[in-house]
Amino acid sequence: MRLWLMLFLLALSAVSLQAREAAPLAQDEATEKRLVAISSELRCLVCQNESLSGSHADLANDLRREIRTLIQEGKSDAEIMDFMVSRYGDFVRYRPPLKGTTLLLWFGPGLLLVGGLVTLVLYLRRRNKAINDSPLSAEEQQQAERLLNVKEPQK
Amino acid sequence: MNRFLWPLIGFAVLVALLAVGLNLNPRDVPSPLVGKPAPLFSLARLDAPDQNFSPQDMLGKVWLLNVWSTWCVSCRQEHPVLVDMAKNNTVMLVGLNYKEVRGDGGLDADKLDAAAERKLALERSNAWLKQHGNPYRLSVLDLDGRVGIDYGVYGVPETYVIDKSGIIRMKHTGPISRDDFSGKILPLLAELSK
Repeated sequence: MRLWLMLFLLALSAVSLQAREAAPLAQDEATEKRLVAISSELRCLVCQNESLSGSHADLANDLRREIRTLIQEGKSDAEIMDFMVSRYGDFVRYRPPLKGTTLLLWFGPGLLLVGGLVTLVLYLRRRNKAINDSPLSAEEQQQAERLLNVKEPQK
Repeated sequence: MNRFLWPLIGFAVLVALLAVGLNLNPRDVPSPLVGKPAPLFSLARLDAPDQNFSPQDMLGKVWLLNVWSTWCVSCRQEHPVLVDMAKNNTVMLVGLNYKEVRGDGGLDADKLDAAAERKLALERSNAWLKQHGNPYRLSVLDLDGRVGIDYGVYGVPETYVIDKSGIIRMKHTGPISRDDFSGKILPLLAELSK
């Protein structure tokens, strides 16, 4: 119990530490909120599996600074997205736009799922047909019972 | 038909997809700037800090813009290729010195004022070029990396091929190998220079 309490307190202090670290940037809360919202939609190109908002890479810092400036200049979210896409391409967006080259990306998983389901249904049907479920003849029935009713030798 | 045939085919397809996928270079992100005009800038020259250079000065020429820095390790790998390129050919190579001071993790750029940062950047980069050879017609100083952002730079070194009308025709990310140069860049330069 005590251990858990300590762990909990530790976790809490870690959270507050993080909050303190981010504080110097928060000159203007609304701007920062928008910055976080926009930059979590963007990929950091240096460490590609991290979002721009979570990355500590140098370039991510620069780009966040740039986005902050754009927000302060009164640019809309769409304009800021355009700014990034025109420089780094659709790859910076975690949600790529729907267009010719991204059709497979968007609908590929659905196609795979449908394909898999169709294959499964076809396979099950064919197997059902293949299974011979005609009832046993009287003789076979007797034979089966004989086999089943044999008492197992006691150990 | 053998009941193992289809699973085997499925497995083979999967292996083929993985083989292709794992051999792709994740750093090779297609640049949206290819086919678009090179972003304009005006930056101080390394050899003559009181003069500025702008891509407009190069209109009518085919040229390369190479992003480099003294703290960039892969640039050292690329540098001999650039030096040979400059010696053997009439390639117009312009260097963009990217965040010379701020990009160096070993330096605390926040402690320096603008003038001191500029001075340090000039000293460091000029000394480096003296030591390793200078393949550039000229280099310019992008101290804060702003121009780098306009060009979509995300890893140094990067190289852009720009044609006579100022359109970016190719972007190469990462160090240029001799094969890259003779196989990709040189043929493109020849075609663009026609």
